[in-house]
Amino acid sequence: MKVRLLFFASLREQLGTSGEEVDLPSEVATVAALREHLMQRGGAYGKAFGGKALVRAAVNQDMVPQSAPIRAGDEVAFFPPVTGG
Amino acid sequence: MKISVQRDDFDAGAEIRKLAGDGSVGAIASFVGLVRDVPMTLEHYAGMTEREITKIAHEAAKRWSVIDVTVIHRFGELQPADQIVLVVVAGSHRGEAFAACEFIMDYLKTRAPFWKKEHRAGSAEWVEAKASDDAAAERWIATGKKPKA
Repeated sequence: MKVRLLFFASLREQLGTSGEEVDLPSEVATVAALREHLMQRGGAYGKAFGGKALVRAAVNQDMVPQSAPIRAGDEVAFFPPVTGG
Repeated sequence: MKISVQRDDFDAGAEIRKLAGDGSVGAIASFVGLVRDVPMTLEHYAGMTEREITKIAHEAAKRWSVIDVTVIHRFGELQPADQIVLVVVAGSHRGEAFAACEFIMDYLKTRAPFWKKEHRAGSAEWVEAKASDDAAAERWIATGKKPKA
């Protein structure tokens, strides 16, 4: 299942990339599972998606909870809590 | 309704005058947020930012009798005293306009995907989200109106 990943702000800097296309195993079907999947890459990903990291997610540009489903072709963004205004 | 996410500065006075309307508007409430103390870079999630702000403005229009709304939010490099954000709400009466304007700002701070990076001498650091901003947005949930302090 192919999805497009996007990373913003401190997360983008930590990972050294603003995003990528990934082909996910079929069991990675929720935001929480994707987060776990990315954490298992270790290194910067292990730290960025580790237990205590405050990471928010959006699927197709809508803010979603960790339990939200992911489908093929989705745009999934991860970012720290927002600080605009 | 006008929602704009832009690099360029805005003219708050001109935007307020545009909402004066044809005689049905009795009150215009506005808020301008400025850069305080240190230069900063504002990053955003292009596309989602406009969507989130539009959703917030529609939510405000559902809760209060609002005639028109303008929200402009800047991104990119900003210096102290630069304008960051403008919210203008036109309504029949001031109470509704004030409330809707404050609601939009409180939600924008916790929902719209912007991130500030402050540039101090020799270092640059991402601003951390404040729990007080979450609390400011959440106080609208229970009653739909702002509780007394």
